[in-house]
Amino acid sequence: MRTIEVKEITRHIKEMCIEANYFLSEDMDLAMKQAAETEKAPLGKQILCQLQENLRIAGEDSIPICQDTGMAVIFLEIGQEVHFIGGSLEDAVNEGVRQGYEEGFLRKSVVGDPLLRENTKDNTPAVIHYEITEGKKVIITVAPKGFGSENMSRIFMLKPADGMDGVKNAILTAVKDAGPNACPPMVIGVGIGGTFEKCALLAKKALTRPVDARSEIPYVREMEEELLKKINGLGIGPGGLGGTTTALAVNINTYPTHIAGLPVAVNICCHVNRHKTRAL
Amino acid sequence: MDKYLHTPLTEEKTRSLKAGDYVYITGTIYTARDAAHKRMQETLDTGGTLPMDIKDNVIYYMGPSPAREGRPIGSAGPTTASRMDKYTPKLLDLGLKGMIGKGKRSKEVLDAIVRNGAVYFAAVGGAGALLSKAIIASEVVAYEDLGTEAIRRLEVKDFPVIVVADAEGGNLYETAVKEYAGRV
Repeated sequence: MRTIEVKEITRHIKEMCIEANYFLSEDMDLAMKQAAETEKAPLGKQILCQLQENLRIAGEDSIPICQDTGMAVIFLEIGQEVHFIGGSLEDAVNEGVRQGYEEGFLRKSVVGDPLLRENTKDNTPAVIHYEITEGKKVIITVAPKGFGSENMSRIFMLKPADGMDGVKNAILTAVKDAGPNACPPMVIGVGIGGTFEKCALLAKKALTRPVDARSEIPYVREMEEELLKKINGLGIGPGGLGGTTTALAVNINTYPTHIAGLPVAVNICCHVNRHKTRAL
Repeated sequence: MDKYLHTPLTEEKTRSLKAGDYVYITGTIYTARDAAHKRMQETLDTGGTLPMDIKDNVIYYMGPSPAREGRPIGSAGPTTASRMDKYTPKLLDLGLKGMIGKGKRSKEVLDAIVRNGAVYFAAVGGAGALLSKAIIASEVVAYEDLGTEAIRRLEVKDFPVIVVADAEGGNLYETAVKEYAGRV
């Protein structure tokens, strides 16, 4: 048994919310640099260079990379031998978000009710996904999610007969429809299989995988590579103003599913694909 | 083509712009996004007057992050314009001449842009830190209770935007994407 004070979780979440909004993770930083070098359209290249400048200013002058500092999506992988003390874990997570968004000068973008729409003024509650794992480790991933791209995400409940081509078409359709709205270059998180909600969660989690890490499943890896090429051939380009860099990566996660179904979720993220992970 | 523009944005100025032009805007512009548009619409529906004179004005679809001490504003990039489409034709018919945002517009908005000799600009989405450097002053002028969604009067200097939809019906999102399709 390992005992962890929940105030420890609060501290990590606070720091990670701030860090994620001022500094891209290394994989994203590198992918953005490479894109600025390889883009073929002059305007596209100019935009990618501006985004390099934007990242520099964000870090040096402490201005969030994007004003949409997101809804805080938090993955908690908790070893089954861990015992939390000192209060409610969920409250501790939300307290971390509250402190991080306040002290970090981050925008409060959450409304307390989807239809009454009054701002909660501290960016809580977070969206928290718990996963119980073996052992004593706790792994926290903080992924603040902007809604320009979230709004362009889709779920397709395909038929088994639609097969591989059906899945590829669904993904391409989602990206085409997203176009300039999702702040390209995008990162495409895809979930295939499971149930209606499981494939959405797979897609969200796929966005937290480093953009330079391909799937370990050979056919999925091929799909990721082929789709990235096809997406960059759509012509959407940086800012949707034309070019050869529409996406930086396609990350696909799969899960077993039902004999009657082939669910596909496409969670689109902009070039400010924020994800920070810490293991306790 | 690079162009430098000062507000107010008269029809003479908008008519000189073509889709694809790179434009630097200097002068006064106003921010408004979802909740502020909803309130402006309700004000118009009940016969009230808008909190700012929108004739020949520019609205920037933007809700900033909080400003640190001594700075006019926090991160300040564009939000998706299509969420304002429902309210926009009416504002254009009342004299609004420019909008800054990102993403596609509805046919109703594009028609209203042509009908009124207006223009829709894109600012680079996700470049909020960079764009904040072109904003030299910011003041909340209405709906303060909406927080980031309040209407702000901004003074901007050489604020960089790209003409997406011009008064002649030109649309860069359509033409540029066609140009680069299949060119990887």
